Amino acid sequence: MNDSRDEILAKIRTSRSGPYVVRNELGTIEDRLKNHPRNVVPARGDGLPEEQITKFKAEAELVNATVTRVSSNIDIPKEIAKYLADNNLPSRIKHAPSLEHLDWSTTLMEVCHGIGEATDEVCVTTAYAGVAETGTIVTYSDQQNPTTLNFLPPVHIAVLNAVDITGSYEDVWTKLRADLGSKDQSVNFIPRTVNMITGPSRTGDIQQTLLLGIHGPQRLHIVIVDEKTP
Amino acid sequence: MEMKTTTFKENARTAIADETLQIELDRLSFGFPEKRKKAVDRMPEFEQLREQARDIKNHVLANLDLYLENYEDRVEKHGGQVHWCRDAKAAREQILKICKAADAKTVTKSKSMIGEEIFINDFLAKNGIEPIETDLGEYIIQLRGEPPSHIIAPAIHVSKAQVEDAFRRVHTDLPADRNLEDPAALLQEARGQLRNKFLQADVGLTGANMLVAETGSNVLVTNEGNADLTYALPRVHIVIASIEKIVPTLEDASTILRVLARSATGQDMSVYTTFCTGPKRFEDPDGPEEYHVILLDNGRTDLLGSEFEEILRCIRCSACLNHCPIYKAIGGHAYGWVYPGPMGAVLTPGLIGMEDASDLPNASTLCGKCESVCPMGIPLPKLLRSWRTRHFEAKPTRSLGQITLKFWAWLAKRPKLYHKVNGLIIATLGALGRRKGRIKWIPFASGWTSKRDFPAPMGNTFIQQYHKGARGDTSGRRLREVKK
Repeated sequence: MNDSRDEILAKIRTSRSGPYVVRNELGTIEDRLKNHPRNVVPARGDGLPEEQITKFKAEAELVNATVTRVSSNIDIPKEIAKYLADNNLPSRIKHAPSLEHLDWSTTLMEVCHGIGEATDEVCVTTAYAGVAETGTIVTYSDQQNPTTLNFLPPVHIAVLNAVDITGSYEDVWTKLRADLGSKDQSVNFIPRTVNMITGPSRTGDIQQTLLLGIHGPQRLHIVIVDEKTP
Repeated sequence: MEMKTTTFKENARTAIADETLQIELDRLSFGFPEKRKKAVDRMPEFEQLREQARDIKNHVLANLDLYLENYEDRVEKHGGQVHWCRDAKAAREQILKICKAADAKTVTKSKSMIGEEIFINDFLAKNGIEPIETDLGEYIIQLRGEPPSHIIAPAIHVSKAQVEDAFRRVHTDLPADRNLEDPAALLQEARGQLRNKFLQADVGLTGANMLVAETGSNVLVTNEGNADLTYALPRVHIVIASIEKIVPTLEDASTILRVLARSATGQDMSVYTTFCTGPKRFEDPDGPEEYHVILLDNGRTDLLGSEFEEILRCIRCSACLNHCPIYKAIGGHAYGWVYPGPMGAVLTPGLIGMEDASDLPNASTLCGKCESVCPMGIPLPKLLRSWRTRHFEAKPTRSLGQITLKFWAWLAKRPKLYHKVNGLIIATLGALGRRKGRIKWIPFASGWTSKRDFPAPMGNTFIQQYHKGARGDTSGRRLREVKK
């Protein structure tokens, strides 16, 4: 294997003296990796926090997600119970361990938590951030947030704090580096899995017709919470 | 998959005569280009993003060795392994080795062009491991025993009725009298069938839309969520990617994501964009225990530094296919190998050799639409012409076309003789078809006349008329003076 590695790298190095090599206008790799400069960031996600929330909601709805807004954590379980009842969905939910602090006893829902399993019908997870530009939610894997829960159940409900709605994907990277990168070890800040989710699962593979819910959830419901979760 | 590039002309004829295929291709001609245009119009910065995406990839190609080393270092720091493979055979064997070590019976797979390029499915099946395609389109064509005909819509050539036939044939555990009229019923059936496969698989095999050097992550973009169930559920995650998939940073990946979905399906963003980095962490409740990256060369280093280097910027969005008059007439299978359309016509000769793919660069009208929609600014018509030139220069024997061109060049360099011969031809053709204004048959030109009539010349040649002085004296001077 090491031979292949050396051969490939050697071939790349020799090729750089060829007559047709493309022009590099972006400087050195050291600079780029260290400073990770932003490229053009579309103006679409810009605005005051309230404008970004409105934008986020509009964009998410364009891609078939549904969005509601509640003022505090106490309202989250009630809002979820209402959404499930309104849409005639099962009232058995599995939530991410990150949402254990909520008082689920205020509703009649059957509640458990853990990783995603085949029998799950409705999952409730925490979104780490929202991106106004495209109505995208971002989650990442850790002890409190299993990846499988975002994908296995047919109904996905995501809890997103209003203050975590940003303009662009770049804003999310900045936030992630600040939250997870310790100063001396910033290269290892990235979690095992970072998921950007923009609407429910879809396919156009049968006769180029849009259909929702092929492998991932058929419904994505986003609950925006004004009060910051502790 | 069998290579059929050498019979391109025959493939194309068959495709044009295939009515089902033509209906589906018609649908495509209206769908994707229109959606792309709408998405681009909604993004005022699109042109700037395209230029930057191009510059990012150029920067990567200029520093590819350094970026690959940095990427490898990051993957290893996060507990993953990188396996460098010179060719398809080495990649296949490495994948088999990992699968065997994991004692794998089944492997779920999310769509990967590299997977097609190294024919991994056949190889795994031959070695007693069942590969299961999980992208709905890929699943459909796997049931039908076909290769994909489009990069992002692999089953674009299949009608709904054909999907239904395939499902009835394979899903024998379900009641035979079930109603599959509604596409949603087909969707539910596929979801149900594949659900268990996801849960039982020992190894998940994914491609990579990008590899991020900064973090050692692979990026996966899907609309269905199949890639996420493919890497998150099995014990082992294998990523197969070619060396040019590198991008420097998360910011650079974001820029390319912005042009990718818009160019591909006309979405602003695909539904699921995932960054995977190494195996599950100590405290993670789920995720794979092993993480392997197969880093494949398979001819890319030969293209680096050559006049075809720019094709290595390609992000496989399919915009060039969706806008190509040739692709829209013949579909993807006719191209005979893994990569169809304009990008395929440039890349395929580079990867399998010009001798076996010499017809592909000619399968273009050079209308330039592909270049105008390419998010990475790849000059596809220029590269197609370069292949044509190379092929022409390398031709071992003189073809009829070459001899004819040589003769024409000889003639054209002798104006007096040229005009005489030309006058003679025009007079003959004119005499043949003057009555009807068209000619049904011309010797050596049946390629044209078998399909349509040739318009008959209505008199003399331009030069003859000019010299007759119809609107000026014999030297043409008066014309110029009048103009003044």
